[in-house]
Amino acid sequence: MQTLGIHRIVTSLAMAFSLIVGSSAAMAQSTLDEGDLVGPVPAATPAEVLENVDPAQAADVADPEAVAAGSGAYTPMAPTEGKGMPIPGGFDIQDQYSETGEYAYGLHIGLFWVMVAISLFVLVLMLYVVIRFRKSANPVPSKTSHNTLIEVVWTVVPALILLAIAVPSITLIAKQYETPPKDAITIKAIGYQWYWGYAYPDNGDFEIISNMLTNEEARESGEPYQLAVDNRMVVPVGVPIRLQVTGADVIHSFAVPSLWFKMDAVPGRLNEKIFQVDEPGVYYGQCSELCGARHGYMPIAVEALPMDQYNAWVLAQGGTIAGADEAGVEADPSLPPVQDPESSAPGAPGAGAPPVENPAA
Amino acid sequence: MATTADNFQAHTDGHAHDADHKPGFFARWFMSTNHKDIGTLYLIFAIFAGIIGGAISGIMRMELAEPGIQYLQWWAEFMGGTADFDTSLHMWNVFITAHGLIMVFFMVMPAMIGGFGNWFVPLMIGAPDMAFPRMNNISFWLTVAGFLSLMFSLFVPGGTGPGAGVGWTVYAPLSTSGSTGPAVDFAIFSLHLAGAGSILGATNFITTIFNMRAPGMTLHKMPLFVWSVLVTAFLLLLALPVLAAAITMLITDRNFGTTFFDPAGGGDPVLYQHLFWFFGHPEVYIMILPGFGMVSQIVATFSRKPVFGYLGMAYAMVAIGVVGFIVWAHHMYTVGLDVNTKMYFTAATMVIAVPTGVKIFSWIATMWGGSIEFKSPMVWALGFIFLFTVGGVTGVYLANGGVDDVVHDTYFVVAHFHYVLSMGAVFSMFAGFYYWFPKMSGKMHSELLSHIHFWLFFIGVNVIFFPQHFLGLQGMPRRYPDYAEAYTYWNEISSLGYHIMAFSMVFFFINIIYAFVAGKKAEDNYWGEGATTLEWSLSSPPPFHQFSELPVIEDHHDHHDHIGDGKPATA
Repeated sequence: MQTLGIHRIVTSLAMAFSLIVGSSAAMAQSTLDEGDLVGPVPAATPAEVLENVDPAQAADVADPEAVAAGSGAYTPMAPTEGKGMPIPGGFDIQDQYSETGEYAYGLHIGLFWVMVAISLFVLVLMLYVVIRFRKSANPVPSKTSHNTLIEVVWTVVPALILLAIAVPSITLIAKQYETPPKDAITIKAIGYQWYWGYAYPDNGDFEIISNMLTNEEARESGEPYQLAVDNRMVVPVGVPIRLQVTGADVIHSFAVPSLWFKMDAVPGRLNEKIFQVDEPGVYYGQCSELCGARHGYMPIAVEALPMDQYNAWVLAQGGTIAGADEAGVEADPSLPPVQDPESSAPGAPGAGAPPVENPAA
Repeated sequence: MATTADNFQAHTDGHAHDADHKPGFFARWFMSTNHKDIGTLYLIFAIFAGIIGGAISGIMRMELAEPGIQYLQWWAEFMGGTADFDTSLHMWNVFITAHGLIMVFFMVMPAMIGGFGNWFVPLMIGAPDMAFPRMNNISFWLTVAGFLSLMFSLFVPGGTGPGAGVGWTVYAPLSTSGSTGPAVDFAIFSLHLAGAGSILGATNFITTIFNMRAPGMTLHKMPLFVWSVLVTAFLLLLALPVLAAAITMLITDRNFGTTFFDPAGGGDPVLYQHLFWFFGHPEVYIMILPGFGMVSQIVATFSRKPVFGYLGMAYAMVAIGVVGFIVWAHHMYTVGLDVNTKMYFTAATMVIAVPTGVKIFSWIATMWGGSIEFKSPMVWALGFIFLFTVGGVTGVYLANGGVDDVVHDTYFVVAHFHYVLSMGAVFSMFAGFYYWFPKMSGKMHSELLSHIHFWLFFIGVNVIFFPQHFLGLQGMPRRYPDYAEAYTYWNEISSLGYHIMAFSMVFFFINIIYAFVAGKKAEDNYWGEGATTLEWSLSSPPPFHQFSELPVIEDHHDHHDHIGDGKPATA
């Protein structure tokens, strides 16, 4: 873990300690975190961006230059080396950039030390036994075959260790399942064979299609091979997002290791989970459920942007800004309809085949 | 391999027991009703399937040794497809599917239950044979038929290319609407056949163990290996019908227009996963419990001490078996379980660590105060205890549903289950093999060669699988033929380990050849006074029919000592 900060080591050790002694430290921390989790909500949307949402401009989204005149145009962010992506030769979990991810990382380190301690304990016992009780050192074996006390101890002590693990573990699950606030932006990730679609129902329901870049394209754009995509899933930073995940053909899985997030994209189901990124940046992931030939060729790239830049991106995609409805602004019927999801068109762009209708249907 | 079986049977002729009226070659090996011959067939079959499954993992490690696709195009053509990109990638999925199914259904299960179970359960309980000898035979041949069906599936269309590329879990809808062509049907049929064979085998073992124990051998005096096979047989009996139902629904979804797993018709793909893992989780205990049993026998033998906490050991296995049925959804933490379900499965899964811990500590306590001899079976058993512990603690890690979100379906999971299977189950099988090989063949193997085999294999599998923990933590998903450049380092090392492991197997096969060609004749009890169960009262190899006069377990015999007081059981 090259980029491991001192504070993280300290937090981790504290967590490990709290695990082992089963103290309430973990619980106390989680109470604190819950307050933060709700955090800034879309109400903080910069006013000047909202002002830009006039019909004329919204209608003009085909021209990105028009948006550039506003608070900030969208240009794909360059990824930061080692952030949101695997590190060469790395041997720990990727650095975390979400609230739950940080908490889970602490639990991970705690569990790591428990695993090391138990494995070493068993190893030391075994080494002692094979040296001390080898035939040449102990020619006459004892006939002991029972000892109630020690049997009770080695049943109860592991049970207590597990109980100590269970407390922060259950807390983590509760945090991961928190309901997103009512006004959270909804984003829908749809798995196709073999690419991802990202729909923005709160922003005019446009869908962008995200395909893997070829090796050469990735090198040209300075992004990691096998992880880079043409169109990223852009999200606002620092606010909770209601991420819905579903599959169009077979089961896929939307996963971003540096955000501690993984959710299966199951056809016929709409899985929903709170999703929040704490820092602007590009975070890579890969499909994590076997989905056919190009399972390994449908990566995920999440780009987290400040809210004003996110809004600019939305407008550039032909979408609308969520706050507009709340302000009482009705959609102008004279506007062109929001673009159809690209993937619904036959032969939609994709590394693989177009979305396949279920032949059994 | 059939000739090797012949060789050690040829030796038996020298004993000229009255009961040794062996049938001719075809009747003996193709229509067998003899538990030892069927056990031998199972072992030969498992070794054969293991060579194929192991070779496939070699192809996989070769492909993963560096980023990019290097060899899959060639295999796509070799298997009768075209060498285009998608077919090449499909071949990858075919290989991982075949590797998983072969190793689970045609290597570990036949070796442990069919092989060692058939050979030694009747011997250890003092029975002349299994309860249903003809059913025993059909169990074996159904397994062979299942294997042939799986092999056949590799050469017929499976959608993007030849073979079934759906993973050993055969998840719908990839296995239904996602895979056209007959390959997946043949793969499913293969599971039907192997599953039917296993169900019949399970009923046979349960009946045998309940009804055919020697006079005086109560359940609480049975050797732990017999206990382990008994628990395993119950798991098979209760779990496999659920698999059979699930894959039958796959067949009808694929071919007859039903929509059990198709949301368009009101079905649900997640239903398949619940059914599969209701079978699948007990299945992992099916693969490891007989190993627990063998390790218990071996540790006691070479420590020259009775197993510590015998009842705790037996009922720990029962507890693992029972709890194993109510933890299945920990394989499905990311499908969108509701919060309470996920919390329940987290807690229930961690409970399994308690009886497992009891077993680990009891093995160590068995050695404590013993007089330990490091013969070949013992070093494998020691390797098992440590490596299974390592695989076990990563299991506790994965049990945490919230933590699992980051490592689910990554190489961390691959590392975990290979530590418990490729090191747990496989180490116990090699331990059992070296423990009983002279008993089965009548020839001693070379201790030196088996120790070399152990050390090379131990180093090899650790070099393969330990770095996979790192890959998984860094986020490399499993079932990927290609990966980001950052994953190159540990993948190279992992592939290097494969060569060490494969090289070690040379010593295994040389050792078998050595034993048949130049091995010393095995005595009845070649391990000495530590070996006290009934198989050691018989000749090596045992006569074609044993215990025509039943051995009697006297009241003063405990679970450990079934021979004792200079009165070996009659053969």
